[in-house]
Amino acid sequence: MTEPLLDIRGLKTHFKTDDGMVRAVDGVDIAIGRGETVGVVGESGCGKTVTAMTVMKLIAMPPGEIVEGEILWQGRDIVKMSPDEMRKIRSKEIGIIFQEPMTSLNPVYTVGDQIAEVVRLHEGLSRREATDRAIEMLRLVNIPTPERRVKDYPHQFSGGMRQRVMIAMALSCNPQLLIADEPTTALDVTIQAQILDLLAEMRERLGMAIMLITHDMGVVAETTHRVVVMYAGRVVEEATVDRLFGDPKHPYTQGLIRSIPRIDTAAEKKERLEAIGGVVPSLLHPPPGCRFAARCRFATDKCTEAMPPLRDVAPGHKVACVLYDA
Amino acid sequence: MSQYLIRRILIALPSLLGISLVLFTVLALAPGDPFGELAQNPAVPPEVAASLREKFGMDDPIWERYVKWLTQMLQGNWGFSFVSRVDVDVLIMQRLPTTLIVIGSSQILALLVALPVGVYAAVRPYSLFDQIATTLAFIGFSLPTFFTGLMLILIFSITLDWLPFVYQSNVEATGLAFYWEHFKQSIMPVSVLGLFQAGVLTRFVRSAVLDVVRLDFVTTARAKGLRERAVIVKHIVRNAMIPVVTLVALQMPAVFGGAVVTEQIFRVPGIGSLLIAAILANDTPVIMAVTFVFACLVILFNLIADLLYGWLDPRISYR
Ligand SMILES: Nc1ncnc2c1ncn2[C@@H]1O[C@H](COP(=O)(O)OP(=O)(O)OP(=O)(O)O)[C@@H](O)[C@H]1O
Ligand code: SF4
Ligand SMILES: [Mg+2]
Repeated sequence: MTEPLLDIRGLKTHFKTDDGMVRAVDGVDIAIGRGETVGVVGESGCGKTVTAMTVMKLIAMPPGEIVEGEILWQGRDIVKMSPDEMRKIRSKEIGIIFQEPMTSLNPVYTVGDQIAEVVRLHEGLSRREATDRAIEMLRLVNIPTPERRVKDYPHQFSGGMRQRVMIAMALSCNPQLLIADEPTTALDVTIQAQILDLLAEMRERLGMAIMLITHDMGVVAETTHRVVVMYAGRVVEEATVDRLFGDPKHPYTQGLIRSIPRIDTAAEKKERLEAIGGVVPSLLHPPPGCRFAARCRFATDKCTEAMPPLRDVAPGHKVACVLYDA
Repeated sequence: MSQYLIRRILIALPSLLGISLVLFTVLALAPGDPFGELAQNPAVPPEVAASLREKFGMDDPIWERYVKWLTQMLQGNWGFSFVSRVDVDVLIMQRLPTTLIVIGSSQILALLVALPVGVYAAVRPYSLFDQIATTLAFIGFSLPTFFTGLMLILIFSITLDWLPFVYQSNVEATGLAFYWEHFKQSIMPVSVLGLFQAGVLTRFVRSAVLDVVRLDFVTTARAKGLRERAVIVKHIVRNAMIPVVTLVALQMPAVFGGAVVTEQIFRVPGIGSLLIAAILANDTPVIMAVTFVFACLVILFNLIADLLYGWLDPRISYR
């Protein structure tokens, strides 16, 4: 396999709090190849956002701290980069969009100025050229009459339109990777589908890789090539979409897939969604061994002895669970 | 925009009318009038006193006197001081510039201190700098101006003898020396008023900036690859200025109030000390006119606050 675009290895990002260290990300491995769409899924609080923000070095330090691991970006370790080096990567090489389109744009500047700010910074364009690029980007993300809309302020756009503006901004310097942190969670269902379609279209046209963070297994199934499943700050399974849905290995992944609402069957049989029982372990004092043990119906003594490492069970399919020990 | 302005001014007119009516009534009902002493003075025959009272309409019903006052006022006839016999508008125009210069300089001083200190403290919350700044700001606005004023006089005028004790309106110097004297005698009143305001504003700037730093668009700005300085100035401070500018404008009435006290302490011949002197002498026309000028300034600054708010925040539209 050729060198991946982004290679996160054994990453640990912890937060110092009054109660102790919160091990928000505690040993995460994710690799993303060029042009690939990778989904990162897991329940709320499992460390998806912290992982993404660590890649961009946008974690406030303190209280945050990268305790261990490396983040290889085209072979260079982001963890060791100086703030100046990191600034040249942000938006130029890696773009990011967030969950809340309503608050992610600065209310006092026009959307045109906010997009122009990025290209002026990274490509040294003049004010005029930058505005032209902003118009071009707004047209690319299918905002009607972009020549007029560049001069509008964020509050004059709907939520879905603002997320389009965010996408236009994140892609304005043609980055190799777009990190999308739950880009549709805050939007209406119909708008969600439009934004996901837009992301797919952008990938076709611009060829960047996408790290799509979500807790919606349906979104993952429809839009990604490969999936990383996270639980309590760790990766528990990784596979292609087909394998993951066809042959999920980790008991947690199996639970997640069973909890997807099925429109076809649920309506008729009034089938109850099978939610996974129990609570997520504390990230302050995580139990030794498998973090899913308290909720796992296959748990044995062996599970709580040592943390099961992420192992290959098939080509391109990795699982962290003692059930698959050779 | 200009339509909005015209409408706001039209709304301001009835308020001014109302304020003047209340002021007039209160003053008219207040015990003691300029002729009170006349009655006790045995040298003035009661007939003279009575005819004077009649001449000035002192015994007419209040509303009649108010209407008379208002019509005179609108024709630019503000009356004359019962004490000095100088026309009220002349008196005010003599005093107002001094007050405006003192207040203006102290506001500029306050902003020059509060903006950098407040912003710097807020972007490093709970740092040593923040703790020192917050404590000093707290002390600054807890100490009343009459106390700090007297302290400064004690130190710089009496002990060290560096600065003049009393503000002189007619400085006997020309050219550069003239300005130097004026500057020297302004230092203390401007510092007292300015540092008090700086205390209030620093705390406000700090909390306004703290409100903005945690917003999502600040993360977006950092994700763009901007330098931290650009993130702070272009994105954080620009947004935090919206409430700060409004507060500065809305604080102006309080600043005028503070100026009255400060002018008394340093004997600054401004409009505030004119008001106090007039009140002590029962000089009704002067009291009426000065308070009315204050009311106009307050309404003017409210209007300025509104306009600035809309100018800084594109989400506000004038309709
Ligand atoms: N600044 C911080 N200080 C302390 N703990 C933090 C901090 N930021 C995040 N955490 C903790 O890290 C854990 C992971 O948070 P994260 O935001 O990455 O979850 P997530 O997977 O993105 O969840 P969601 O689906 O809700 O967005 C959470 O338990 C959170 O409490
Ligand atoms: S390691 Fe044990 S507890 Fe953890 S998922 Fe596998 S079987 Fe369940
Ligand atoms: Mg998140």
